[in-house]
Amino acid sequence: MIKVNSETITGFEGITVAELLKQRGYKTLYVAVEMNDAILPKAQYENTVLKDGDTLEVVSFVGGG
Amino acid sequence: MLTAGEIEASLIERHGSEVHSKLKNASAAIAGLGGLGSNIAVSLVRAGVGKLLLVDFDKVDISNLNRQQYFIEQLGQYKTDALTETLRKINPYTELETVTVRVTEDNAAKLFREYPIVCEAFDRAENKAMLVNTLLEQTDSIIVSGSGMAGYGRSNEIETKRIMNRLYICGDRVTDSAAVNGLMAPRVMMCAAHQANKVIELIIKGEQNGR
Repeated sequence: MIKVNSETITGFEGITVAELLKQRGYKTLYVAVEMNDAILPKAQYENTVLKDGDTLEVVSFVGGG
Repeated sequence: MLTAGEIEASLIERHGSEVHSKLKNASAAIAGLGGLGSNIAVSLVRAGVGKLLLVDFDKVDISNLNRQQYFIEQLGQYKTDALTETLRKINPYTELETVTVRVTEDNAAKLFREYPIVCEAFDRAENKAMLVNTLLEQTDSIIVSGSGMAGYGRSNEIETKRIMNRLYICGDRVTDSAAVNGLMAPRVMMCAAHQANKVIELIIKGEQNGR
C-alpha cells in the first residue's frame, strides 16, 4: 500500500515517482512532492522507486497571484 | 511626520507589548509583488513586522490596478520602488530590503535563506512550484504559498492548510487563473490576507524559530 495525499492506493509498488505522477495526471512542472515527510527533489522523481508503506504528499500549483 | 515612538506606542496599545515585541523583532520575505505580494506587504507593515524583504523584477502596469496595491502615478515604476513608497506612508520605520531581480532556481536559495518565513506570491504555477521546490530543498525556511484565488464568489473555499512540514498553502488550491479567465481584487486580497495572517501566527507562536 502507498498513501498519496491521504488516499491509500495499491498496485503502484515498484514504479517510479515520475511514473506515478504521470499516471495520476500530474504535470511535473507544477508540482512539489513530499515523500515520507521529506521534500523529494525533482531530480530524483525518475529514479525513486515506490515501495510498500511509502507516504506521498503531492501539491499541484495553479496560476494566479 | 510621526516619530518611531509614536507609531510604536499606538501598535502596543492595539496589540499589547508582548505581541508587538515579537512582531517588531521578526522578519519575513515576499517573493513576487503582484496581487498577493503587494497586499501581504501592506498587512505585515500595518501589523508592525520589523523587517521585510521584497523581491520582484517587474514594473507597475495598468493591468495591475484591478487588484494590486499600486496607483496610477506609479505606472512604469519598479514594483519594489513603488511598494516601498506606499509602505513608507504606512510606517516609515519598517526595515525594508528590496531586490529587483527575476527569481530563478539558481538565485532563490541565496536570496531567501536568511528569512525564516517566505511568502510565495508569484503569478504563474510553474514559478510557484519552482520556488517551493528550491526553498524546501536548499533552505530551512517555512513557506507560505498562495494557490487558487482566481474568479469571484466562493469566499469560504479560500483556506489555509499545512500541506508539508514547512509548507502552508493559502487559497482554494484548484481555481486556475488561466481556466476561469481572470483575477479580481476580493479573492486575491482574501488569499493574501490568509498568507499574512499565517505569517503573523507563525511569528507570534514562535514556530519560525523551531525550524
